[in-house]
Amino acid sequence: TPMETYGIVAQFERQPDRYTIWSNFQGPFILHALMQGALGVAGNRLRLITSPHSGGSFGIKQAMFPYMVLMAATARILGCPVKWIEDRLEHLVGSSSAADRADSVEAAFSNDGELLGLRFDNLVNVGAFVRAPEPASVYRMHAASNGCYRVQNIFVENRLVVTNMTPIGLNRGYGGPQFYYALERVMDAGAKELGIDPAEIRRRNFIRPEEFPYSAPAGAVYDSGDYGAGLDKALELADYEALKAERDRARAEGKLFGIGMAAGVEPSGSNMAYVTLAQTPEERAKAGGRSGGLGTATVSIDPSGSVTVRTVSTPAGQGHQTVAAQVVADALGLRPDQIDVVTEVDTLTSAWSLASGNYANRFSSVVIGAITETAEKVATKIKRIAAETLEVAPEDIELVGGEARIVGVPDKALPIRRVAAQTHWHPAGLPEDMAPGLTETTVMNPPMLGAPDEADRVASAVTFGYVFDLAAVEIDRATGKVEVKRYVSVHDVGNILNEIVVEGQIYGGFAHGVAGALLEEFVYDAGGNPQTGTFADYLCITAPEVPHLTVGHVNTPSPHNALGAKGMGDGSSMLAPTAIANAAADALGTFDIELPLTLNKTWALANGLPYERAGAARAKVGEGPQEAGAVEGGLTGEGSVELSASPAEVWKLLLDPATLAAVVPGCEALEQTAPDSFSATVTIGVAGIKGTYSAEIDLRDKREPESVRLVGKASGALGFGQGEGRVRLEALGEGKTKLTYSYRANVGGKVAAVGQRMLGTVTKILIGQFFKGLDRRLKSSADGPSGGSGGGFFARLFGGGRK
Amino acid sequence: MLRIKPDQKQRITLTVNGKKMSGFAEPRMLLADFLRHELGLFGTHLGCEHGVCGACTVIIDEAATRSCLRYAVQCDGAEIVTVEGLADSEGKLNALQKAFNENGALQCGFCTAGVLMSATKFLEEVPKPTDHEIRDMLSGHICRCTGYEQIVAAIRQASGQESGEASGQ
Repeated sequence: TPMETYGIVAQFERQPDRYTIWSNFQGPFILHALMQGALGVAGNRLRLITSPHSGGSFGIKQAMFPYMVLMAATARILGCPVKWIEDRLEHLVGSSSAADRADSVEAAFSNDGELLGLRFDNLVNVGAFVRAPEPASVYRMHAASNGCYRVQNIFVENRLVVTNMTPIGLNRGYGGPQFYYALERVMDAGAKELGIDPAEIRRRNFIRPEEFPYSAPAGAVYDSGDYGAGLDKALELADYEALKAERDRARAEGKLFGIGMAAGVEPSGSNMAYVTLAQTPEERAKAGGRSGGLGTATVSIDPSGSVTVRTVSTPAGQGHQTVAAQVVADALGLRPDQIDVVTEVDTLTSAWSLASGNYANRFSSVVIGAITETAEKVATKIKRIAAETLEVAPEDIELVGGEARIVGVPDKALPIRRVAAQTHWHPAGLPEDMAPGLTETTVMNPPMLGAPDEADRVASAVTFGYVFDLAAVEIDRATGKVEVKRYVSVHDVGNILNEIVVEGQIYGGFAHGVAGALLEEFVYDAGGNPQTGTFADYLCITAPEVPHLTVGHVNTPSPHNALGAKGMGDGSSMLAPTAIANAAADALGTFDIELPLTLNKTWALANGLPYERAGAARAKVGEGPQEAGAVEGGLTGEGSVELSASPAEVWKLLLDPATLAAVVPGCEALEQTAPDSFSATVTIGVAGIKGTYSAEIDLRDKREPESVRLVGKASGALGFGQGEGRVRLEALGEGKTKLTYSYRANVGGKVAAVGQRMLGTVTKILIGQFFKGLDRRLKSSADGPSGGSGGGFFARLFGGGRK
Repeated sequence: MLRIKPDQKQRITLTVNGKKMSGFAEPRMLLADFLRHELGLFGTHLGCEHGVCGACTVIIDEAATRSCLRYAVQCDGAEIVTVEGLADSEGKLNALQKAFNENGALQCGFCTAGVLMSATKFLEEVPKPTDHEIRDMLSGHICRCTGYEQIVAAIRQASGQESGEASGQ
């Protein structure tokens, strides 16, 4: 969740019809095609303009495209511009969430710790909708399913479920934290099983420095790395031996102290085609080829000699302007403050492509390459012009301190400003064959980004950074607090383009990772209602909660990038959750840990108690709506009533549509739609909210004339619900029957806002009315109507109760 | 007693950054919205509108205050300093702002205005804070980008102290 929420202004004009949308959308602009399709206009009639700065994103501002379409449509319908600023509640409930995953992983090791094979069974809760580019989150790491290791045998199965939770989408690390949670926890499990130090088992399996570029079994091509050096650095910074001694001492004193670690590669600069791994090779072939991740940049020098760079990179605080200015200034022999960097995107005037935007650590892995290439083109042109004027070869010209000068002859120089201006003011004086003006645009595709092959192998990213994290934690048995005593993070980001920017990304990613490990989660009650709609409930990490971090670097420059840099924004956000979980598992002596390690959860773990969130159950992935009765919590009740007829008579009447229509409170219509199915229309008021609901009820497990289970759902303009009831009939003799019932229902919508207590009371009244009516009918009709199998009973439960 | 209808606009006059400014506000208009939409001072940001995130912090009569928890009408006549009041009239950054710039203490910048206002008052009250005290003060602010490390460094630098606990390497 960024600090700044979604903001959109949309406008619609006629003649020609054109939508213009101003927003803080982050891309990827492949979604332009989707929005254009949704609005039914040609691409050039949908103009997207993004703000030059954005108040944070972390991937979340990818998922605003449905709102952009809605605002555009609204502007057309209303005939005026429309502005929408999302509020915090809307944002926390409906914007985007990181994937909720329940992954299983099996690992095979040789006795000396060699990782021989991995089997992943990934279950992804995608939330309410499968929005583009999902289910890509589970494929982001696919090509790098071996992590940092040499393992060759990997089996991956991915399954998706849709629930009523916040839909998932890009969020820092995109699929990385979840993947490493499985991989790096099983590495610790293997170490423990084999009695090998967790650092050592990783080292034994690392890809060796001489094996780069390394073709991973699932298709990724790792550009460069020295994973062992990173591990050594981390152990040295953490003083690993001393830390282990500290653990021994703490444990001797009865404390819960643990050490955990995690290693990972950081894929950067995505191949857009990895998204298509969700399709079969046949489907991919049918859809036509997909590959690539174009980077674009424009550098221009105007007639006054001033330099402007356009990055099409939608930054949200990652310092793109700073770094772009630096790189272009270096190429042109100018000062960074002389360069103006334009970061806003306008799809009508910017050189953009599908992959444009700010995600997957794209800037330093891809965009900076396009900027460098473009700046070089401009520099070459300046050198050629200067060379002709100064009567030397272009290779003899260097651009330094604002001048184009002859190498080794500093006093033979021309101001760059004047050379550049000449391309505008005096094109006839330019060297032969040279185009006038000084605007260069580069559209480049990293050459390694090919299409997925038939075996689902794909070179998914351009650069692969490396992160090794080590955590030591102590858990307080009395409070459940996980205190991070030591945290070391070592990064290989290739050549560092800007130290402050890199450090800022590392600290920021680390804070996100710790927050994911200890604090932040979207919570839902048993009825699926979001419980974390404010910053008082959704616990963003604050300054005192961020542990002290020691940062280290190793550098293996990337051959896939003009400047040797790698992408690096995700960093510890991918690994801190796992490093901390491994440390907590080590401290607690248990493997079974679910994040985040909130105080109450950790307290329960530390004291050997079962953990259950107060007053709510976590919505379980994989429960179909038909099993609604199994939903925990919600509206429940039970009771019994004595009726003046035999069980057989009661059974008949209970399941007779005509009888039910007469006795169900507020019933306006009731019909049998199948032998064991009924539908009803019922009008009921609860706390002044009166509404009409349509209900559908099925009878299950009928045992005439003893018991029946009723499963149903109801919906109306004011609310909806689903539930289950059970009825038992028991002969009391003398033609009397004891009817026992129980029910459980969940209610949502406006009517749910009146509260469960009120609903419970109303339900009881309705049930009372129902049985009074039923009993009256039983008494009056000795020869009651014949009933098929029917189920109106529950109409009062479902039709009535849940309203 | 003066009765004001819900939609009846009141004339509000404030001293903002040393200048008298006035505008109109309905009784339930937040001070933050008044500053932004009536006075055009868009430096004050709203992150949550219920007093948790701290982004909207301004100085009201010498106290760092959430401007989303005050109605504009409550502040009639008050003296207010917003982030626009920190740099001089030529736009030259003050020492605290410079320290933020030099230390990379802001990334997206959304929370920064509020952090600067709290830090301004804080440094008046605690001129030589420890890192622990700085973090304690920052607990009233949510920053999603920086992990706070460089903010702590910037405030430390603005207080004229070299470095607190060693960090990084």
